[in-house]
Amino acid sequence: MPKNIIQKIWDDHLLVQRPDHPAVLAIDKMLLHEVTSAQAFNELRRRGLKVRYPERIIATLDHSIPTSKNRSNIEDIQAKRQVEALRNNTKESGIKLYDFDSRYQGIVHVMGPELGFTLPGTTIVCGDSHTSTHGAFGALAFGIGTSEVAHVLATGAILQYQPKTMKVEFLGKLPLNITAKDVIMKLIATIGMNGATGYIIEYMGTAISNMSMEARMTLCNMSIECGARAGLIAPDEITFNYLQDRPYTPKDKIWRQSVEKWRTLKSDSGCYYNNHIQVDISALTPMVTWGINPEQAIAINELIPVVEKGEQAYAYTKLRPGQAIKNQPVDWAFIGSCTNGRIEDLRLAAEILKGRKIARHVRLYIVPGSEQVMLQAIAEGLDKIFIASGAEFRMPGCSMCLAMNADKVPAGARCISTSNRNFMGRQGPGSITHLASPATVAASAIKGAIVSVEEI
Amino acid sequence: MQAFQAIISNAIPLDMDNVDTDMIIPAQFLTKIEKSGYGKHLFQRLKEQNPKFILNNSKYQFSKILLARANFGCGSSREHAVWALLQSGMKAIIAESFSDIFLNNASKNGLLTISLSPQTINNLMRQAQQETYILSIDLSKQIIVTSANEIFKFEYDSFRKDCLLRGQDDLDYLLEITQ
Ligand code: SF4
Repeated sequence: MPKNIIQKIWDDHLLVQRPDHPAVLAIDKMLLHEVTSAQAFNELRRRGLKVRYPERIIATLDHSIPTSKNRSNIEDIQAKRQVEALRNNTKESGIKLYDFDSRYQGIVHVMGPELGFTLPGTTIVCGDSHTSTHGAFGALAFGIGTSEVAHVLATGAILQYQPKTMKVEFLGKLPLNITAKDVIMKLIATIGMNGATGYIIEYMGTAISNMSMEARMTLCNMSIECGARAGLIAPDEITFNYLQDRPYTPKDKIWRQSVEKWRTLKSDSGCYYNNHIQVDISALTPMVTWGINPEQAIAINELIPVVEKGEQAYAYTKLRPGQAIKNQPVDWAFIGSCTNGRIEDLRLAAEILKGRKIARHVRLYIVPGSEQVMLQAIAEGLDKIFIASGAEFRMPGCSMCLAMNADKVPAGARCISTSNRNFMGRQGPGSITHLASPATVAASAIKGAIVSVEEI
Repeated sequence: MQAFQAIISNAIPLDMDNVDTDMIIPAQFLTKIEKSGYGKHLFQRLKEQNPKFILNNSKYQFSKILLARANFGCGSSREHAVWALLQSGMKAIIAESFSDIFLNNASKNGLLTISLSPQTINNLMRQAQQETYILSIDLSKQIIVTSANEIFKFEYDSFRKDCLLRGQDDLDYLLEITQ
């Protein structure tokens, strides 16, 4: 029977399936960060268990760390304890930690792929909902809670109910200046925040086949914002080119054999999906959110719509239905996060910021997703462009995406951001967030108000 | 994990769709390395911002049941959200639907999640405004009985049910299988 790629990876990893029980699924790889792992290690200690496969796990620091130059001096005592706990836990169990002094430290979903840790056909988990990012490589990658982190530490496996599958097909060519961010925001606006709950998505279409790995990661990253457990794209030559010669990717003969195998890793023709949708992107224009969740998104030229039960969103964002989102003044701008903190995103921002100044009342934080991104940006002179424009170029981490460190948008301030969630107070208590692409954020920072690149 | 007991309580009518885990427990409280101490921060921002927020109402001070609309627990995978709910006394969440990861996290910690139709939620939501409206939840029979003598059946996964009723842990099961 023809199978889709999701079923293939699932079947490859199925250890046990008892009737009326969830499946026991083998997990190839796990990523750890400081916020969702300490309690899992404590659980193992409490039960006298050891980490079974430390070599299948890597760890980094990203969520709660400062992004200032002297970041190793963590002032927040709790955050410091959390970082210390990860250092001790990984050391004790023989797990590789990419600490501040490593060239590979970074947001877990940026550094994993950079290391070649993320490989096609594997199952990957992390105590973080945006683990779906790794699906860009044709991996089955999903976020788990801390209890499940403990399960994988102790057994290398997890209990899972077989998810339903959904095919999302993007029709048409991507218009000039439109990014993967706009595409995924359009999908979420179309199907809603729980439009894909209970599903794993396979993305396809010519636009996807032409996308770089960075763009594919942006797309898969936000799968969770429409409720999907994971989103993936079948691997192809672009995937293999990206992966070749990275620290964890197989070498020489094993590399060649792996690529041969990966070439067959795609959905069979005539295979079944539980659901199938098509989204035409041939006339897509830049997207921006107006409300308090990612489905409340419109094209920049559209007016804020009337939505059912929208009172809280209108009140929180201080916007009314019928009003334009365009030219809405912003106080802050943020370019970074696991959605848009990669080198392509920074290049795109630099292209727009080059020779221009950001508006005097705006603060723009540009935070590379990893050390690698930062080093590359410096090598290309992007940092100079950013600083000359009036932006602040900071050290890698999650930063203003979730405001667990000092990088916070002040209460009442409005921020245009390349991150993935515009929940109330996500970027700091009382802050207002508008999600958009790096191009739109850079343009808006210059203008001091929400605009697309065409306007500057 | 403790074996699940029947729940008898009034229910907090949190009349919202898309209650996300950032709301349930804001990121600023996630720097702890312990599993305890989250209860007092449950919905803290919403409680501070709005004196009329339903969880500020003292009549729901000892409630064990939270009532909400669609897509409860969406967003971040933080299990801290489930810990915060449990530590502030919640035993069950009744909603139209839940996010995937939240459902998993809840079941791993013995927090019962019940999905009911929008009509039933509407009905419960309306009546829960009255102080005297009490629900009792019996997981073994998969029914909710209200003080107005209505009975609602609910679906619940048989494996999960068994785990909850016996207080059995997923990890024990996994260890047994992967030995
Ligand atoms: S950048 Fe934001 S969304 Fe991504 S892992 Fe960090 S906090 Fe989570």
